[in-house]
Amino acid sequence: MVNYIWIFLILVGIFFSLLTGNLETINNSILTNGKEGFDLILSILPIIVLWTGIMKIAEDSGLLKKFASLVEPLLSRLFPSVPKNNPALGYIASNIAANMLGLGSAATPFGLKAMKELQKINPEKDTASTPMITFLVLNTAGVTIIPTTVLALRIAHNSINPSEIIIPGVIATFCSSLAGLLLDYFIRRKNK
Amino acid sequence: MSLLSKIVIPLFVVIVIFYGFKKKINVYDSFLAGAKEGLNITLSIFPAIMAMVFAINIFLDSNFIYFLLNHLRGFLDILNIPLEIMPMALLRPVSGTATLAIMNEIFIQYGSDSYLGRLASILQGCTDTTIYVLALYYSSIGIKKTRYSLGVGLFADLVGIITAFILTMLLF
Repeated sequence: MVNYIWIFLILVGIFFSLLTGNLETINNSILTNGKEGFDLILSILPIIVLWTGIMKIAEDSGLLKKFASLVEPLLSRLFPSVPKNNPALGYIASNIAANMLGLGSAATPFGLKAMKELQKINPEKDTASTPMITFLVLNTAGVTIIPTTVLALRIAHNSINPSEIIIPGVIATFCSSLAGLLLDYFIRRKNK
Repeated sequence: MSLLSKIVIPLFVVIVIFYGFKKKINVYDSFLAGAKEGLNITLSIFPAIMAMVFAINIFLDSNFIYFLLNHLRGFLDILNIPLEIMPMALLRPVSGTATLAIMNEIFIQYGSDSYLGRLASILQGCTDTTIYVLALYYSSIGIKKTRYSLGVGLFADLVGIITAFILTMLLF
């Protein structure tokens, strides 16, 4: 998928510039591109390193687990078809908790384990079950409290108040999750 | 609102450090281990970032997107949606690095504290790369029929994007 998008962006960009006689800009763009990519990585590197450090403390001290246990009671309501003692719910809780804290790399293994557990109770092995879909809606709506890369890039571009986008971001992400869950709920009710 | 935004990070750091201290773990060593992980993560996405900056810049500099979206300009103007944000909104569900590259371009051209800069920041933070996550999670357990997953996921993204527009307009 990303492969085709990459090819599309480059070929369309160059051909369109050829057609419109905009070759000079594209030539410069290609030549200066490398430095821009390097600057981008350099500007996000420090804050990512710093935050993965802080987040590791949260993981090692069990704060992440504690956070997950707060979310868990809510989950049995969202996943009525999953038995209460199923390990999938614990993994889902940890995945959401890690996502909230911006721990993307810690969230993925939990998510994959959750999918594996859900697959065990899935009657049709090649078809997505309803709890899987609900989980992915929660996951992709991506409730993030601290968007580290965005903050890093804002700081690098001399923002006066880089963190001002945190609360609006949380509200937007909350609305998106809620909308996804509601639509999912209505589809499930209709399919019953 | 801005005070609340400012307090999130210091409060979070205090909670994390204090909890680690209370649980008697070596907070400093944990930090170093995590930081090392972070360094590896960033280095591992370096090639993807270079690839995306390369492609996105060629695409944006060609002005193709403006040619394409010019027909929609009147409609977007009515809704107060800047044309410059459209590539980001369209690519958000597919690739996080592509939208990061676009956000970087927006910051370079318009500044991080401009209307566009703030809008891009909220957009980047508020949704995940839905299509990528679906592909990764479903392929890991061999699911082929995904039913209504993509529809619901993209609907949630759309609501997130619209909310980001409204909030940026109202708050800044």
